[in-house]
Amino acid sequence: FDPLRSETQFSAVEIGRGDVDAVMAGAAHVVEGEYRVGHQEQLYIENQAMIAVPREDGGMTVTGSLQCPYYVHKALKRALALDSGRAVVIQAETGGGFGGKEEYPSLIAIHAALLARRVNRPVRMIYDRHEDLAATTKRHPAIIRHRTGVMRDGRLVAQDIDLVLDGGAYSTLSPVVLSRATIHAGGPYDVPNVRITSRAVATNTPPNGAFRGFGAPQSEFAAEVQVARVADVIGLSPLEIRRRNLYRVGGVTPTGQVLRDAVAAEEVLERAAEAAEFERVRERTGHERKTRGEGQRTARGVGLALAWHGAGFTGSGEEKMGSMASLELTAEGIIRVLIANTEMGQGTKTIFPQLVADELGVGFDDVEMAPQDTSIVPDSGPTVASRTAMVVGGLVVNAARKLKSLVEERTGLPFAVSYRQDASTWGTTRIDERFTPYPGIHFDDETYTGDAYPAFGWAAAVAEVTVDLDTGEVAVRSVVSADDVGRVIHPILAEGQVEGGTLQAVGYATIEEIKLHDGRYLNDRLATYLIPTSLDAPRIETILVEAPFAGVPHGAKGIGELPMDVGAPAVVAAIHDATGVWIHDLPASPERILAALDGHAPPGPPGISTLAEPGPS
Amino acid sequence: MTYQVTVNEVAFEVTAPGMRRLLDVLREELGLTGTKEGCGEGECGACTVLLDGEVVDACLVPICQADGRDVRTVEGLADTSHGAPVLSPLQTAFLEAGGAQCGICTPGMLVAAQAFLESDADPTEPAIREAIAGNLCRCTGYTKIVEAIAVAAQDRVGA
Repeated sequence: FDPLRSETQFSAVEIGRGDVDAVMAGAAHVVEGEYRVGHQEQLYIENQAMIAVPREDGGMTVTGSLQCPYYVHKALKRALALDSGRAVVIQAETGGGFGGKEEYPSLIAIHAALLARRVNRPVRMIYDRHEDLAATTKRHPAIIRHRTGVMRDGRLVAQDIDLVLDGGAYSTLSPVVLSRATIHAGGPYDVPNVRITSRAVATNTPPNGAFRGFGAPQSEFAAEVQVARVADVIGLSPLEIRRRNLYRVGGVTPTGQVLRDAVAAEEVLERAAEAAEFERVRERTGHERKTRGEGQRTARGVGLALAWHGAGFTGSGEEKMGSMASLELTAEGIIRVLIANTEMGQGTKTIFPQLVADELGVGFDDVEMAPQDTSIVPDSGPTVASRTAMVVGGLVVNAARKLKSLVEERTGLPFAVSYRQDASTWGTTRIDERFTPYPGIHFDDETYTGDAYPAFGWAAAVAEVTVDLDTGEVAVRSVVSADDVGRVIHPILAEGQVEGGTLQAVGYATIEEIKLHDGRYLNDRLATYLIPTSLDAPRIETILVEAPFAGVPHGAKGIGELPMDVGAPAVVAAIHDATGVWIHDLPASPERILAALDGHAPPGPPGISTLAEPGPS
Repeated sequence: MTYQVTVNEVAFEVTAPGMRRLLDVLREELGLTGTKEGCGEGECGACTVLLDGEVVDACLVPICQADGRDVRTVEGLADTSHGAPVLSPLQTAFLEAGGAQCGICTPGMLVAAQAFLESDADPTEPAIREAIAGNLCRCTGYTKIVEAIAVAAQDRVGA
């Protein structure tokens, strides 16, 4: 049923600054908008899978497709009443996660482990695609309402935003997703008067959970379409209104965070716009729209969007977690990285040896990764929230510096030429590096004020589309995405993150939708839940921008989620440029586009389950 | 029933119910786990293999239909004629271009791309995209996969 009618609230947040009501009353224009986004399935190509094997010591070893070994470890210990040593969790090669293997693997691990304990034999549990689609968590549907006060010169002076997340039947990660959705809801704009109220509520669907972006793609879609509509009202170009309002150094966010590090909002915007020749293409598409004859049944458009993404956990999450990463020089002279962060295609197992090899002055192949096995590696935290390269990378680089100076002190020679000798003399040396808060970063959980994130990444995208005016079908032809990642560690992997995130955003914008009845997903097979194929995918051009984070020695910020925030509003803006209509709900499906073109009511909001019996909705 | 199947140029005799999926025979009977299952209904292409040179989804082919025929899987792409396997030019191109991220779609993607390279098709970008349209990838956005196949096609032309 409609989340707006829910009587059960999982959590609520209110943030803001300034005097929204007074300033709104004095604004030249007040623009209102309501936006709805539906579910999105992670659709990792490898389904959830787990193997539980009873141990001789009465414990359980679980091996599976997962993002966060220590999350599963914690669940396993609790479910089977095991101590830490007798619960062992090992990550198998994992065929994609995107957040979908953050939380759910704990459930299937427990199912497999309970069965294995009962029969005292190994149990293998592999979901087929239908089971995976029907049961696992999706991106939260959301309803976001905006009121924006703007002056004649295009300055945004007040934002009043209300956001409702549909958590589904159980709370799961909804409160955390809500935090991120709320903090990002104003978009990357320095607006002096802001009020953002939000809540996550229960409905009659399977629970929703983590998916790349974690609330931000929902709220930033709304923020970006809203800003573009404001630009329309006052007659500014989409590029110019962003130039006039984007964050710069010294800007203050809705939680009162002062942006001290390099802020790359302007750079990503200008570079994406320039590379895509945004203004020139827009002039052409605008001319085409005005001169289009009745017989012309396709329309081209170009759209722009800007986004920010807080890297790492929200608020004091990292401080509470107190992650530890280790680096070892073994007695055999092997350099080993010990972290619990997993490889799922994004490059963990490539960038960590790279970071360590660079610090130590040794070859890439001289550094090994210890397996992601809770009996071997310390708890360096989950592989989520774009935190691995930045937070855990920082710990490992610091550990490498300590190891280097220790060995060089003992041998009097450069590390690279002396470490093997040092190992045979001194035996194993292990450096354990525990997270300590970044200097000057503080967040108050009680008042929800302060530094919500240690750093922000910035992204801009320009999308070009062709819309079929008879069928409402959208072909996304190209996307240029400029993304600030702090420091690029591996250009090919970094581009891969932007390209993959961009296509997931294009899918979110155009075709990915779940229909529900009586709380169940109707299109719970791969034949009916569609993701983009190579023919649907635009040509994607990536521009990597480097505005380093000062809190870590290597300067890297997160990259995984950032591109997911910016693609959908760019596509929807391009559809508007092509057709003259704004699509307020995602996905911008052919049905919604045709309804908007014909002036009909849209085919109902996305993400809402009907009830089997006549009920309150 | 017993079936004769040649897999990567090695002859096998497989005893299995006729409707057992070729995918399961490959993975479980023959231990060739390079061929992956993503959906079991012919939508994702993770189980793509070549059957007498034709691109098929091994989840949709019962073993009885493979009787007396020639199957090629991802394990058959590398050159093993000189001892240690040497990656094919296509595999090398995937590695260098970053055409694989999580890797679960990669075996099927490689097999579909290999069939394309072995056809007479002109390796234009639309033709490459068409050739892998039955193989879903959720990580890469396809950009680097298309690049890798184009590079391998270039090398093929040059050779």
